[in-house]
Amino acid sequence: MNLDANTYQVYAKGYGKKSPVLRDCACAFLVGGIICCIAEGLYRLYLHLGIPETNVRILTPVSMVTLAALLTGFGWFDKIAKFAGAGTLVPITGFSNAVVSPAIDTKAEGFVLGVGAKMFIIAGPVIVYGTLASVVWGVIYYFLHRGGIV
Amino acid sequence: MREICIDFLLVFAVGGGFCVIAQLLIDYTKITPARILVSYVVAGVILTAVGVYEPLVKLAGCGASTPLTGFGYSLARGVESAVRDRGLVGALTGGLTGTAGGITAAMTCGFIAALVFRGKPKT
Repeated sequence: MNLDANTYQVYAKGYGKKSPVLRDCACAFLVGGIICCIAEGLYRLYLHLGIPETNVRILTPVSMVTLAALLTGFGWFDKIAKFAGAGTLVPITGFSNAVVSPAIDTKAEGFVLGVGAKMFIIAGPVIVYGTLASVVWGVIYYFLHRGGIV
Repeated sequence: MREICIDFLLVFAVGGGFCVIAQLLIDYTKITPARILVSYVVAGVILTAVGVYEPLVKLAGCGASTPLTGFGYSLARGVESAVRDRGLVGALTGGLTGTAGGITAAMTCGFIAALVFRGKPKT
Protein backbone atom coordinates (compact mmCIF):
# COMPACT_ATOMS: atom_id res chain seq x y z
CA MET A 1 0.00 0.00 0.00
CA ASN A 2 1.27 3.42 -0.91
CA LEU A 3 0.28 6.01 1.63
CA ASP A 4 1.60 9.45 2.32
CA ALA A 5 1.70 10.64 5.89
CA ASN A 6 -1.54 12.56 5.67
CA THR A 7 -3.69 9.76 4.31
CA TYR A 8 -2.15 7.38 6.78
CA GLN A 9 -3.24 9.58 9.67
CA VAL A 10 -6.80 9.59 8.44
CA TYR A 11 -6.61 5.83 7.86
CA ALA A 12 -5.14 5.11 11.30
CA LYS A 13 -7.59 7.38 13.04
CA GLY A 14 -10.46 5.32 11.73
CA TYR A 15 -9.04 2.16 13.23
CA GLY A 16 -7.51 3.60 16.36
CA LYS A 17 -9.09 3.14 19.77
CA LYS A 18 -11.85 5.55 20.61
CA SER A 19 -10.51 8.28 22.84
CA PRO A 20 -10.86 7.27 26.49
CA VAL A 21 -11.39 10.95 27.29
CA LEU A 22 -14.55 10.98 25.20
CA ARG A 23 -15.81 7.84 26.93
CA ASP A 24 -14.92 9.24 30.37
CA CYS A 25 -16.78 12.45 29.64
CA ALA A 26 -19.86 10.63 28.34
CA CYS A 27 -19.99 8.47 31.49
CA ALA A 28 -19.47 11.50 33.76
CA PHE A 29 -22.19 13.45 31.92
CA LEU A 30 -24.65 10.56 32.10
CA VAL A 31 -24.17 9.63 35.76
CA GLY A 32 -23.78 13.23 36.95
CA GLY A 33 -26.95 14.18 35.11
CA ILE A 34 -28.88 11.25 36.57
CA ILE A 35 -27.74 12.09 40.13
CA CYS A 36 -28.90 15.70 39.72
CA CYS A 37 -32.25 14.49 38.33
CA ILE A 38 -32.72 12.22 41.37
CA ALA A 39 -32.08 15.26 43.59
CA GLU A 40 -34.55 17.33 41.54
CA GLY A 41 -37.12 14.53 41.84
CA LEU A 42 -36.72 14.43 45.63
CA TYR A 43 -36.93 18.26 45.77
CA ARG A 44 -40.25 18.22 43.94
CA LEU A 45 -41.54 15.27 45.97
CA TYR A 46 -40.81 17.05 49.27
CA LEU A 47 -42.52 20.23 48.03
CA HIS A 48 -45.48 18.11 46.90
CA LEU A 49 -45.68 16.63 50.42
CA GLY A 50 -46.16 20.15 51.76
CA ILE A 51 -42.74 20.62 53.36
CA PRO A 52 -41.79 24.34 53.43
CA GLU A 53 -39.26 25.30 50.76
CA THR A 54 -36.60 26.50 53.25
CA ASN A 55 -36.56 22.99 54.73
CA VAL A 56 -36.68 21.27 51.34
CA ARG A 57 -33.51 23.17 50.37
CA ILE A 58 -31.74 21.46 53.27
CA LEU A 59 -33.55 18.14 53.13
CA THR A 60 -32.65 17.46 49.48
CA PRO A 61 -28.82 17.55 49.88
CA VAL A 62 -29.19 15.71 53.21
CA SER A 63 -31.09 12.92 51.41
CA MET A 64 -28.43 12.72 48.70
CA VAL A 65 -25.68 12.57 51.33
CA THR A 66 -27.51 9.75 53.14
CA LEU A 67 -28.09 7.86 49.91
CA ALA A 68 -24.41 8.10 48.94
CA ALA A 69 -23.40 7.03 52.47
CA LEU A 70 -25.52 3.88 52.18
CA LEU A 71 -24.08 3.08 48.74
CA THR A 72 -20.58 3.62 50.15
CA GLY A 73 -21.25 1.34 53.12
CA PHE A 74 -22.47 -1.49 50.91
CA GLY A 75 -19.46 -1.03 48.61
CA TRP A 76 -21.54 -0.10 45.57
CA PHE A 77 -20.37 3.51 45.40
CA ASP A 78 -16.86 2.56 44.31
CA LYS A 79 -18.25 0.39 41.52
CA ILE A 80 -20.42 3.23 40.20
CA ALA A 81 -17.55 5.72 40.65
CA LYS A 82 -15.20 3.52 38.61
CA PHE A 83 -17.59 3.83 35.69
CA ALA A 84 -18.70 7.42 36.32
CA GLY A 85 -15.44 9.18 37.21
CA ALA A 86 -16.24 12.82 37.93
CA GLY A 87 -19.94 11.99 37.53
CA THR A 88 -20.15 10.79 41.14
CA LEU A 89 -17.30 12.98 42.44
CA VAL A 90 -18.69 16.43 41.65
CA PRO A 91 -22.26 16.14 42.98
CA ILE A 92 -22.72 16.26 46.76
CA THR A 93 -22.57 12.44 46.64
CA GLY A 94 -18.80 12.78 46.17
CA PHE A 95 -18.52 14.88 49.31
CA SER A 96 -20.52 12.29 51.25
CA ASN A 97 -18.34 9.46 49.93
CA ALA A 98 -15.20 11.44 50.86
CA VAL A 99 -16.44 11.55 54.47
CA VAL A 100 -17.98 8.10 54.86
CA SER A 101 -15.37 6.01 53.05
CA PRO A 102 -12.36 6.96 55.28
CA ALA A 103 -14.63 6.85 58.35
CA ILE A 104 -15.36 3.17 57.69
CA ASP A 105 -11.83 2.27 56.65
CA THR A 106 -10.11 3.85 59.67
CA LYS A 107 -12.33 2.20 62.28
CA ALA A 108 -9.40 0.02 63.30
CA GLU A 109 -7.39 3.14 64.26
CA GLY A 110 -9.99 4.03 66.88
CA PHE A 111 -12.95 6.36 67.03
CA VAL A 112 -11.06 9.55 67.92
CA LEU A 113 -7.91 9.67 65.78
CA GLY A 114 -9.28 7.13 63.30
CA VAL A 115 -12.93 7.77 62.42
CA GLY A 116 -13.21 11.25 63.99
CA ALA A 117 -10.08 12.67 62.40
CA LYS A 118 -9.80 10.83 59.09
CA MET A 119 -13.36 11.49 57.95
CA PHE A 120 -12.15 15.03 57.20
CA ILE A 121 -9.11 14.08 55.20
CA ILE A 122 -10.72 15.35 51.98
CA ALA A 123 -13.88 17.03 53.29
CA GLY A 124 -11.76 19.13 55.69
CA PRO A 125 -9.97 21.17 53.03
CA VAL A 126 -13.24 21.53 51.11
CA ILE A 127 -14.94 23.02 54.19
CA VAL A 128 -11.91 25.16 55.15
CA TYR A 129 -11.37 26.80 51.76
CA GLY A 130 -15.09 27.09 51.06
CA THR A 131 -15.64 28.82 54.40
CA LEU A 132 -12.60 31.08 53.89
CA ALA A 133 -13.96 32.13 50.50
CA SER A 134 -17.33 32.87 52.11
CA VAL A 135 -15.67 35.04 54.79
CA VAL A 136 -13.91 37.08 52.10
CA TRP A 137 -17.17 37.49 50.21
CA GLY A 138 -18.97 38.33 53.48
CA VAL A 139 -16.60 41.22 54.20
CA ILE A 140 -16.86 42.54 50.64
CA TYR A 141 -20.64 42.13 50.76
CA TYR A 142 -20.76 44.08 54.05
CA PHE A 143 -19.16 47.13 52.44
CA LEU A 144 -21.23 46.82 49.26
CA HIS A 145 -24.35 46.57 51.42
CA ARG A 146 -23.41 49.61 53.51
CA GLY A 147 -22.62 51.54 50.38
CA GLY A 148 -26.11 50.69 49.16
CA ILE A 149 -24.78 48.87 46.09
CA VAL A 150 -26.47 45.54 46.90
CA MET B 1 -46.02 17.29 31.36
CA ARG B 2 -43.90 18.83 28.59
CA GLU B 3 -42.71 21.52 30.97
CA ILE B 4 -41.55 18.94 33.50
CA CYS B 5 -39.60 17.11 30.79
CA ILE B 6 -37.84 20.31 29.75
CA ASP B 7 -37.11 21.15 33.41
CA PHE B 8 -35.50 17.78 34.00
CA LEU B 9 -33.55 17.99 30.75
CA LEU B 10 -32.09 21.29 31.96
CA VAL B 11 -31.24 19.73 35.33
CA PHE B 12 -29.57 16.83 33.55
CA ALA B 13 -27.61 18.98 31.10
CA VAL B 14 -26.32 21.50 33.66
CA GLY B 15 -25.52 18.90 36.34
CA GLY B 16 -23.86 16.63 33.77
CA GLY B 17 -22.01 19.62 32.32
CA PHE B 18 -20.36 20.41 35.65
CA CYS B 19 -19.19 16.78 35.84
CA VAL B 20 -17.77 16.85 32.30
CA ILE B 21 -15.67 19.95 33.12
CA ALA B 22 -14.22 18.12 36.14
CA GLN B 23 -13.63 14.99 34.06
CA LEU B 24 -11.70 17.01 31.48
CA LEU B 25 -9.59 18.53 34.27
CA ILE B 26 -8.84 15.04 35.61
CA ASP B 27 -7.98 13.60 32.18
CA TYR B 28 -5.95 16.49 30.80
CA THR B 29 -4.24 17.90 33.88
CA LYS B 30 -2.57 16.46 36.96
CA ILE B 31 -5.15 17.99 39.31
CA THR B 32 -6.19 15.47 41.98
CA PRO B 33 -9.89 14.85 42.70
CA ALA B 34 -9.46 16.46 46.16
CA ARG B 35 -8.22 19.67 44.53
CA ILE B 36 -11.13 19.59 42.12
CA LEU B 37 -13.60 19.43 45.01
CA VAL B 38 -11.88 22.37 46.73
CA SER B 39 -11.78 24.41 43.50
CA TYR B 40 -15.43 23.68 42.78
CA VAL B 41 -16.59 24.93 46.17
CA VAL B 42 -14.47 28.10 45.95
CA ALA B 43 -15.62 28.61 42.35
CA GLY B 44 -19.21 28.31 43.56
CA VAL B 45 -18.64 31.10 46.09
CA ILE B 46 -17.02 33.34 43.48
CA LEU B 47 -19.68 32.67 40.81
CA THR B 48 -22.42 33.47 43.34
CA ALA B 49 -20.60 36.65 44.40
CA VAL B 50 -20.44 37.95 40.83
CA GLY B 51 -24.10 37.09 40.35
CA VAL B 52 -23.78 34.28 37.81
CA TYR B 53 -24.84 31.33 39.93
CA GLU B 54 -28.21 32.51 41.21
CA PRO B 55 -29.75 32.65 37.71
CA LEU B 56 -28.26 29.22 36.98
CA VAL B 57 -29.97 27.76 40.08
CA LYS B 58 -33.25 29.41 39.00
CA LEU B 59 -32.84 27.83 35.56
CA ALA B 60 -31.60 24.35 36.42
CA GLY B 61 -32.62 23.80 40.07
CA CYS B 62 -30.82 20.79 41.48
CA GLY B 63 -28.69 20.59 38.33
CA ALA B 64 -26.87 23.64 39.73
CA SER B 65 -27.33 23.12 43.47
CA THR B 66 -26.26 19.45 43.66
CA PRO B 67 -22.71 19.76 42.21
CA LEU B 68 -20.18 21.05 44.76
CA THR B 69 -20.35 24.51 43.17
CA GLY B 70 -23.83 24.50 44.72
CA PHE B 71 -22.18 23.97 48.11
CA GLY B 72 -20.24 27.18 47.44
CA TYR B 73 -23.51 28.82 46.41
CA SER B 74 -25.04 27.89 49.80
CA LEU B 75 -21.95 29.26 51.59
CA ALA B 76 -22.19 32.57 49.72
CA ARG B 77 -25.98 32.86 50.12
CA GLY B 78 -25.66 32.08 53.84
CA VAL B 79 -23.04 34.74 54.35
CA GLU B 80 -25.06 37.35 52.44
CA SER B 81 -28.18 36.87 54.54
CA ALA B 82 -26.15 36.80 57.79
CA VAL B 83 -24.35 40.04 56.89
CA ARG B 84 -27.70 41.70 56.11
CA ASP B 85 -29.11 40.56 59.49
CA ARG B 86 -26.16 41.05 61.84
CA GLY B 87 -23.59 43.17 60.07
CA LEU B 88 -19.91 42.30 59.79
CA VAL B 89 -20.15 39.46 62.36
CA GLY B 90 -22.33 37.68 59.83
CA ALA B 91 -19.26 37.22 57.63
CA LEU B 92 -18.01 34.75 60.24
CA THR B 93 -21.28 32.92 60.91
CA GLY B 94 -23.19 32.89 57.63
CA GLY B 95 -21.19 30.43 55.54
CA LEU B 96 -21.35 27.47 57.87
CA THR B 97 -24.95 28.30 58.82
CA GLY B 98 -25.93 27.99 55.17
CA THR B 99 -24.24 24.60 54.80
CA ALA B 100 -24.74 23.20 58.31
CA GLY B 101 -27.34 20.66 57.17
CA GLY B 102 -25.16 18.99 54.54
CA ILE B 103 -22.01 18.98 56.67
CA THR B 104 -23.76 17.62 59.77
CA ALA B 105 -25.54 14.97 57.70
CA ALA B 106 -22.20 13.82 56.24
CA MET B 107 -20.62 13.63 59.71
CA THR B 108 -23.59 11.74 61.15
CA CYS B 109 -23.67 9.32 58.22
CA GLY B 110 -19.90 8.83 58.48
CA PHE B 111 -20.09 7.97 62.15
CA ILE B 112 -23.08 5.62 61.82
CA ALA B 113 -21.52 3.95 58.78
CA ALA B 114 -18.31 3.38 60.77
CA LEU B 115 -20.38 1.68 63.48
CA VAL B 116 -22.43 -0.46 61.10
CA PHE B 117 -20.18 -1.38 58.18
CA ARG B 118 -16.92 -3.24 58.09
CA GLY B 119 -14.00 -1.50 56.37
CA LYS B 120 -11.94 -2.83 53.53
CA PRO B 121 -8.77 -4.61 54.66
CA LYS B 122 -5.76 -2.41 53.99
CA THR B 123 -3.63 -3.50 51.07
